[in-house]
Amino acid sequence: MRLALGLTLLGLLALAALLAPLAEGWLGHDPFTPDLFKRHAPASAEHLLGTDDLGRDLLLRLLHGARVSLAVGVATALAAALLGTVIGLLAAWRGGVLDAALMRLADGMLALPALPVLVVLAAADTGRIGLPRGEPLSDILRIVAILTVFGWVGVARLARAAALSVLARDYVRAARALGASEARVLLRHVVPNIAGPIAVATALAVAGAILAESALSFLGLGIAPPAASWGNMLANAQDLVFSAPWAAVWPGLAILMAVAGCTLVADGLRR
Amino acid sequence: MLTARLLQIAVTMAALSFAMFLLIGLMPGDPIDLAIAGDPRLTAEDAARLRALHGLDQPLLSRYAAWAGGLLHGQFGHSRLFAQPVAQVIWPALASTLVLLGAALAVAATLGIGLGLLAAARPRLAPAVDTIAILGQSAPTFWLGILLIILFAVTLGWLPAGGTSDAGGLDALRFLVLPVATLAVANLAAYARHSAAAVGFTLREPWITAARARGNGEARVLLRHAFPNAAVPVLQVAALDAGALVGGALITETLFARPGMGKLIYDAVMGNDTNLALVALLLVALVTMLATLAADLAQRALDPRLRDA
Repeated sequence: MRLALGLTLLGLLALAALLAPLAEGWLGHDPFTPDLFKRHAPASAEHLLGTDDLGRDLLLRLLHGARVSLAVGVATALAAALLGTVIGLLAAWRGGVLDAALMRLADGMLALPALPVLVVLAAADTGRIGLPRGEPLSDILRIVAILTVFGWVGVARLARAAALSVLARDYVRAARALGASEARVLLRHVVPNIAGPIAVATALAVAGAILAESALSFLGLGIAPPAASWGNMLANAQDLVFSAPWAAVWPGLAILMAVAGCTLVADGLRR
Repeated sequence: MLTARLLQIAVTMAALSFAMFLLIGLMPGDPIDLAIAGDPRLTAEDAARLRALHGLDQPLLSRYAAWAGGLLHGQFGHSRLFAQPVAQVIWPALASTLVLLGAALAVAATLGIGLGLLAAARPRLAPAVDTIAILGQSAPTFWLGILLIILFAVTLGWLPAGGTSDAGGLDALRFLVLPVATLAVANLAAYARHSAAAVGFTLREPWITAARARGNGEARVLLRHAFPNAAVPVLQVAALDAGALVGGALITETLFARPGMGKLIYDAVMGNDTNLALVALLLVALVTMLATLAADLAQRALDPRLRDA
């Protein structure tokens, strides 16, 4: 039930993201070019959700924002899942000092207030290492990289706990007794059996990444305009509370849908 | 346990300060480059002299040692942005943030626990509370803030949209209402979910049946018998969510233009004031970890079963 609802919400958003370039043709607007004769237009047949302070169509920007926000969320979650699984497996498999060190590191990361640290990280000027700011693709890569710094922790803790219990099972001992290499034990026997908890943690990581990206973009440290992300649309909407208050409604609802969708999927998978 | 935790906090602080200092230091360019960009009349000799004056010609590790050593002795250095010692900027900001956090935490915990009790006492209402919790957890803080500004400041005109009061006293409270409401709504979901689960679990204990059998009313059973025993998991939420609350404060302060630690970090980052940003970040991290520790200690004080673990 929860799973179905969550998947429906996410499916709708994915559809919106896929339709963005087509919708441009249907509606006949360009979401990136200012049209100063149509500033602050309320919802109408021509602009279904109205326009912003530069006369750009809000519906099209919302659809394009879905591409950016979902891409950042999914890419971050995949990177975090991969890194977290490797670290969690390593900690559970090697045990001892390495396990203790990795888990203290995870505890330390969890204890930190993530957003202030992310703000300082996001401010590092990546232009000097060849990732120019303001280019949509390099902005996305930069945000994915810094969100992964915190994203792996949740996955690693769940993966370690699950791997510890699997490694103590008889079928693992049997596989070792039959002469299976450690790599085969981990990849054939452990990883498939901890896929459930990893999927839950990954779904939660998508939610966390979408929220964090929108927060950073809202603060002007994430995806830079003219590219649209739900976060930078809301940053713009904050300046328009008097002239175009409707601009604030939809990007926030979209973030809400995406995050609630991921949370519901995680809840559903857990049961 | 206390020694181990304090040690861990110290190690985390050292690691965080080192990682951040290194990251910023390893990036090409330094404050003198900024000064040159700002004033083209500076010559190469001026730049070399300034670098030597500020110790920027030293290797990175010795710069870190000098900076961290200074922090340990209470020398926080200067803020480029405010042209003041960091210590003078940072304490008023911390006080402002603690007021915001304290008020928001109180409101979030009260409302959240209230919703949780409601869900536990009236199972018919549980799905509604669950929905509220999921929505509260999923809605971005700054969106809630903008919607509250549009409703209460722009449309109704009841409350100021941001800033702080010069008058102080009761007037200052008016400026606190919307930020506190924003931060509280964003954080009450975890309290609602956990207290609903904890109270629901406690209500199935045999001594609750015993309390009912003795003729206690339902309200008394809930508040006197079930709730105190559910208080420990609720404190755990306070410990787990400390970081999220502080992150929310950064957003809330920036949105409502309140001069607290979050806005200080943000302004320092935007203004290329590396020293202020790092010192403020470290202080916020320290306060967060100490608050988490305090919540954990309170759990142990309340529940003797946790003490041996």
